[in-house]
Amino acid sequence: MNKIWLIIKREYITRVRNKTFLLSTILLPLVIVLFIVGSVFFASTSGDSKKRIAVDDKNGVLAKFLKSDSSKMEFVFNAGVDTSNFAGKGFDGYLYSVDSVGKILLLKTVKAASPETMDRIKSRLNSAYVSEKLLEKNITVNEVDSINNASSSYYSVDNTDEKNKNVNSGINAGIGMFSGILIYMTMFIFGAMVMRGVMEEKTNRIAEVIVSSVKPFQLMMGKILGIGAVGLTQLLLWIILITIISFAALSFLPSDMMAQVQQLQNNPGVMTPNVVQYSGTAKAIANLSSLNWGLILGMFLFYFIGGYLFYSSLFAAVGSVINEDPQEAQSLMLPIMMPIIFSFIIMTSNVNTPDSPIMVWASIIPFSSPIVMMSRIASAPPLWQIAISMVSLIAGFILTTWFAAKIYRTGILLYGKKASWKEMIKWMRKS
Amino acid sequence: MPILELQNLKKYFANQKAVDDISVKINKGDIFGLLGPNGAGKTTLIRMITGIFYPDEGQIVFDGKKFDPVNDVIHIGYMPEERGLYKKMKIGEQAMYLAQLKGMKKNIAFEKIKEWFVKFEMESWWNKKVEDLSKGMSQKLQFVTTVLHEPKLIILDEPFSGLDPVNSNLIKDEIYKLAQRGSTIIFSTHRMEQVEEICNHIILVNKGKKILDGTVKQVKQEFKENLFSIGLAQNLLNINGDAPFEIKGNEKGNTVIKINEGNSPNDVLSYLLQHGSNIHSFNEILPSLNEIFIKLVEGTPSTRQFQAQ
Repeated sequence: MNKIWLIIKREYITRVRNKTFLLSTILLPLVIVLFIVGSVFFASTSGDSKKRIAVDDKNGVLAKFLKSDSSKMEFVFNAGVDTSNFAGKGFDGYLYSVDSVGKILLLKTVKAASPETMDRIKSRLNSAYVSEKLLEKNITVNEVDSINNASSSYYSVDNTDEKNKNVNSGINAGIGMFSGILIYMTMFIFGAMVMRGVMEEKTNRIAEVIVSSVKPFQLMMGKILGIGAVGLTQLLLWIILITIISFAALSFLPSDMMAQVQQLQNNPGVMTPNVVQYSGTAKAIANLSSLNWGLILGMFLFYFIGGYLFYSSLFAAVGSVINEDPQEAQSLMLPIMMPIIFSFIIMTSNVNTPDSPIMVWASIIPFSSPIVMMSRIASAPPLWQIAISMVSLIAGFILTTWFAAKIYRTGILLYGKKASWKEMIKWMRKS
Repeated sequence: MPILELQNLKKYFANQKAVDDISVKINKGDIFGLLGPNGAGKTTLIRMITGIFYPDEGQIVFDGKKFDPVNDVIHIGYMPEERGLYKKMKIGEQAMYLAQLKGMKKNIAFEKIKEWFVKFEMESWWNKKVEDLSKGMSQKLQFVTTVLHEPKLIILDEPFSGLDPVNSNLIKDEIYKLAQRGSTIIFSTHRMEQVEEICNHIILVNKGKKILDGTVKQVKQEFKENLFSIGLAQNLLNINGDAPFEIKGNEKGNTVIKINEGNSPNDVLSYLLQHGSNIHSFNEILPSLNEIFIKLVEGTPSTRQFQAQ
């Protein structure tokens, strides 16, 4: 045991002291958070600057329903401009009708209008006309307003959740996808790291020196556990860094958005009359913080460790049968990479239906469960499925480690030629 | 008492008998030569002695007890033929790591390493990386890490390959010193001149079987061909049929003769004296280990690939 500990320590320290480890640990969360915050920030604040638009409202219909809004759009009615001089008078656009009844409107702008601006104006015009039609049917202006609001305050509520928290399946799918991708990536990164480590020991010819002091199994497990510890360290540092950076980044978001987030957090699921006015970003942030992060993180750690242990010993076995030529690695790695890639495909194509049979099965079978179960976790799968999945993953990695150790023990001392699959199976059978 | 006793060791791989019924006793303090052509089964034999392989049949007795790989490996130092180091590791750390794997305490390992580094003039190397070392330098480091924990049994597989004469001698001297202090050394090589110089007990292995066992002297006696080299004032021109020897040729001005069956060197000398020859020198020509090796091994289809289990 003491010797395994020495090996783990060496594997861990040599890698953690490496400059690339520090660099990737610090840079990755920075890049992720900057990317997210940056896109949110630009979407919520700048985007289009405020547009002043002069409106030629012959019938007086538009003035009633086309409302200016403080940040995006200002409509000025009958400002006494025409197509030739609106730009000179400080307007960004001039909206006028080209027919007598004011049904066909033309927007002339200084610069080509962005699609967003076009959409905004179009939807406002449409609702203005709808409102006008309603008025013609003797409905009051107040009633028109309330009809508009009512129709857009659609909210889905998950009735299995006792606390009646609003669950947004889109957000869940996003979280699931993100965790799945993270597991997928880490499995490749750290699995390949184990394989390279084993190859290095073999090609450097240190393996035989070491196995004259320790058992091959100890050497293999020491390497797997040491690199696993490196992976965990990196993940924990990422989580800590991302948390710190996101809290710092949240303070840069507009204060009214944060107020909305808080309101949503305090009254989840309650349909206040002004719920429609919450921006999508505020809802997303509120939804994110309403998830059971403890469960998600705990499960993530379990499936990271389990998936890593399941596959890394196989990577170690492959590393042990390869000689100097890295090309040999490709053909041998393929059978290991296939199930990983396959489970990734299952996950991405079914992420929106987390309870479909294929997802349930794939989240139980240990070859795919780390990736697929993680993608389901945010939408709270039944406990019995989680339990079976966890138990079979533990059984799975004990089995793969046992098989891999047999190949490893022989492969690591075999110089000069690549072992074939047939030979490896023979090594596994024997002793 | 022998430090190591191999009793009828066998290790069969799928398509050959790598070690086929080898028995040998190695005494404490011996410098033991394990000889054999490539693929003879030397490495397999050594791997069984170091606990890397388990024998299929037979027993290993180490230091009077049945060999227990898990606990006995700390009494063994093994420098394999295929040897290397972690390239990115610092030399001092590497030595510390290997020493600790052999069960040494940290502080003791540190003291010992420093001692050896001073002896081999490597003190300034501690913080260098292995990748900056020359082949000879890393060989010295490997030797140090092999013997650092003062093992009872030291196994060196081709220890001098790639070393210059100065470093070769340095290591050779240390091997002698270790043997004097009671370590037993198994020395595997196919460089016969080194074996002749260093070893006192050798075995020759071919195709998994032991074909020769004894001291260097015994072996040479066993394979001698009664050849003598005689230095004379004049060449022997005419010898009669009754001479107790026949002339085999000339070598560096001396005459090489082969004594006939049933005659002794004394018979030769008295014959020569009777014929008035003026004798300068009279020496027995013993075969070199190299000649014996080639004689025994040549012609057998011996080049086999190492096959793992």
